[in-house]
Amino acid sequence: MSAPNSPKIIHLRYFALLREQAHTESEERPTTAGTYAELYQELQRCYGFSLPLGQMKVAVNDTFVDLSTPVQEGDDVVFIPPVAGG
Amino acid sequence: MTICQFSLAAEPLHPAALSRPLAHLAAGAFVSFEGWVRNHNAGKTVLALEYEVYTTLALKEGERIVATAIERFDLLGAIAYHRYGTLQLGDIAVWVGTTAAHRRQAFAGTAYIIDEIKCRLPIWKKEYYAGAPATWVYCREHRH
Repeated sequence: MSAPNSPKIIHLRYFALLREQAHTESEERPTTAGTYAELYQELQRCYGFSLPLGQMKVAVNDTFVDLSTPVQEGDDVVFIPPVAGG
Repeated sequence: MTICQFSLAAEPLHPAALSRPLAHLAAGAFVSFEGWVRNHNAGKTVLALEYEVYTTLALKEGERIVATAIERFDLLGAIAYHRYGTLQLGDIAVWVGTTAAHRRQAFAGTAYIIDEIKCRLPIWKKEYYAGAPATWVYCREHRH
């Protein structure tokens, strides 16, 4: 059990534009971000992601969740930039 | 038995074979949709496409879309395929087929599935152009 401000280790995977801008497909990352919205802002500062938070969705452990959801140790996190199937 | 299937495909799609499992003696209508790779977009000449997919979530959401269509439009069966990787002009990028007792259900079910696929599935499209940098393009109604 982590203390509130101690870093949590999460696993991130990147797709499409985020993969290109992060120059990696995945990483293990310690973060003190409280929510996924805060985590995205941290990654924006780190990698210069050009897409604003407002265009982002997030999937945690292969399920869509709200960006205001608290970050949990060991989460498998994928930020979803705007999609374009079909 | 109701056919309810969503698949991701690395290889070219062949519609005649894809629709075969939908054969049903109670069906009065079969409606299919094919999304093709076209040679232009937003005033640019498109040379090829690349689809990148978040497989686990795309399969989960795709199966959910097809199951919802069957329930909502009283379909006898529904199948959808989406390609990934590099596609050439004229390739089928997405194929949807539905059967129902009557045509209105099958038309509506097919339209629902392709509309949801375009805006919900975690699939990204990069277009390669003549004389312009390749670009990730977005569905205007991105949501989940």
